[in-house]
Amino acid sequence: MNMISFPPRRARGKVHVPTVTLAHGGGGKAMKDLIDDVFVEAFDNPLLAPLDDQARIDLLDLAQYGDRLAFTTDSFVVDPLVFPGGDIGKLAVCGTVNDLAVGGALPLYLSCAVIIEEGVSIDLLRQIARSMAATAQEAGVKIVTGDTKVVNKGACDRMFITTTGIGVVAAGVELGAHRARLGDAVLVNGLLGDHGAAILGARGDMALQSPIESDCAPLQGVIASLLSEAPNTRFMRDPTRGGVATVLNEIAEAAQIAIEIDEAVTPLRNEVRGFCEILGLDPLYLANEGKIVAIVPPDEADQAVEAMRGHPLGRQAAIIGHVVAGEPGRVTMRTIFGGRRIVDMLVGEQLPRIC
Amino acid sequence: MKYVDEFRDRAKADVLVKEIERLLAHMGRDQDRPLQIMEVCGGHTHTIFRYGVEGMLPKSIELVHGPGCPVCVLPMGRVDDCVAIAERPEVIFTTFGDAMRVPGSRTSLLQAKADGCDVRMVYSPMDALALARKNPTREVVFFGIGFETTMPSTALTVLQAAREGIKNFSIFCNHITIVPTIKAILDSPDLRLDGFLGPGHVSMVIGDAPYEFIARYYKKPMVIAGFEPLDILQSLWMLLKQIDEGRCEIENQYARVAPPAGNAVALQAVAQVYELREFFEWRGLGSIDHSGVKVREAYAGFDAERRFAVPNARIADPSSCQCGEVLKGVIKPWQCKVFGRACTPETPLGALMVSSEGACAAYYQYGGIKRGSDEAEASAA
Repeated sequence: MNMISFPPRRARGKVHVPTVTLAHGGGGKAMKDLIDDVFVEAFDNPLLAPLDDQARIDLLDLAQYGDRLAFTTDSFVVDPLVFPGGDIGKLAVCGTVNDLAVGGALPLYLSCAVIIEEGVSIDLLRQIARSMAATAQEAGVKIVTGDTKVVNKGACDRMFITTTGIGVVAAGVELGAHRARLGDAVLVNGLLGDHGAAILGARGDMALQSPIESDCAPLQGVIASLLSEAPNTRFMRDPTRGGVATVLNEIAEAAQIAIEIDEAVTPLRNEVRGFCEILGLDPLYLANEGKIVAIVPPDEADQAVEAMRGHPLGRQAAIIGHVVAGEPGRVTMRTIFGGRRIVDMLVGEQLPRIC
Repeated sequence: MKYVDEFRDRAKADVLVKEIERLLAHMGRDQDRPLQIMEVCGGHTHTIFRYGVEGMLPKSIELVHGPGCPVCVLPMGRVDDCVAIAERPEVIFTTFGDAMRVPGSRTSLLQAKADGCDVRMVYSPMDALALARKNPTREVVFFGIGFETTMPSTALTVLQAAREGIKNFSIFCNHITIVPTIKAILDSPDLRLDGFLGPGHVSMVIGDAPYEFIARYYKKPMVIAGFEPLDILQSLWMLLKQIDEGRCEIENQYARVAPPAGNAVALQAVAQVYELREFFEWRGLGSIDHSGVKVREAYAGFDAERRFAVPNARIADPSSCQCGEVLKGVIKPWQCKVFGRACTPETPLGALMVSSEGACAAYYQYGGIKRGSDEAEASAA
């Protein structure tokens, strides 16, 4: 029998072109290859593997962690896509994990929807998918379902990612701004404003070089430490866009309480202070991606600080202020100079001053 | 942070506040007859609110927040002109950040950007010039705004562009000068001020001499002040000492940055590129003679006003707006009829609500905790 030798077939499920094209969003083989080679390859887990239209999660499995489902979603459009201390992928996982964790939930599963502008390099996409996978692993969550769309040039800025997450809140954990009381302590788990300063610096239009890295990190671990030592913690929020000032205003408004913080003990990196001095910005309004603001009853405040400091993401935890008697909804600051001022909501984006 | 933290030292602040209290008591000043001191510069206003300086002072001294916020005093007609230039498809319109939100009669630059104009925020006019080099097929216009502090940097940028023969760069000149404005305030019939904190960064360029007339003819003392909170307190103390000792001089507290003779190179560049306008319109203060500069004929190619047709309309301030009286210290921000009601930082009616350096915006956002809120609440009650 004559053996006819065929050239070996190309391996299935591999992307062989350098950039994403509209073909990768067309629903055919190119799209399947992109999903297989970039996303499934990185996220690899049994719930995702069947690549069905949905991930199916066992309710009994969820119920072992608590008695309520926490459910959240967030979109990420950061520019630049890769910045000191992280990238859009890491951010997309941390953002949603942290939104679950500050509600007292154990984050468990994420979805990942990516909108890609044609022309983005496959290598970059791969780098970001791997970064998502690594961060998910660090956060103890699985990315179990997703979606990919490719749009025409100009229809989006290279890449947008939306992640949706579910987690489970343990029985007995009750957090809410309304639980804040006079005398409660206001805590943060570390240095403020790093993410905002890192992003502004990385955009490169300031002609300022800075060694500041984003604080982007999944917070479920440090939050678990906090809740175990300060079980009566009233409320937590992650001060992302708008920074600590905005979050404190939201808490003061929601709970109809007054909050006073002390500038002298507010943890700030010297580089961030310098960055803000030069550009005329207020670090209290800079975004954070690895920080929590927690309201803790006074008798648990010290142990809460100790608990956070015992975790790598809380080494510089500090009590920055208290719930005080005063006009409800108002946040004030005792300045390092000894004066007092109001810390208000930002009207719009923080704009640098002329001189 | 070196050279910064030293000027925010709380212990030194306490000493100065005590000295200020002692001097005020010695002068027989009290809450009913407070001494009124104007800080001319918006940068000072910002520091005063940022560090809560006003709340540390006794009630026998009142700070009046002056007109030295270039963003605030920009008239609506000029913002309309900016937008008209920015709307041209060939134009990349570049501006400092806080000028983005200033409302014109139609819209702001921020809104114009959202509507599709190519408006970009820059940190220096040199960045705008770099954009012009990079985009030879576009017209790059820089929004020149500010007092003598920022005037030299735009002048030097124009000179640099001229040297390089760059044809697609121009500035829309809205630079203003501080001295005629202080004079206009001193000439106003309802003036109550007892002295001035002088704008340190303006003096860094122009020196001390241009202020001599304030002491000589108007018999008001001035201390040229720096921008850290201790600078403000020390300058106030120096001013009070002058008043207490019956002296009336121009003193310089900010000598570490502002030399008495100013900066000759900067002044030379300014003189080469600019000449005085006959008058310039100020938001809240009206038209003031010789209070603005324009690009000289020799540099006409770099003058956006000559190169692009602009509406150049004079838009009157809203009649309900009392910015002028606030600027002159006749009323306090919260005594204005529209403060916090029709006029807020989101929808500013008047100049002083526009930038965080404006007195009204500063009160609204940082709050005059000691006086502002107490008295505002008292007057509302």
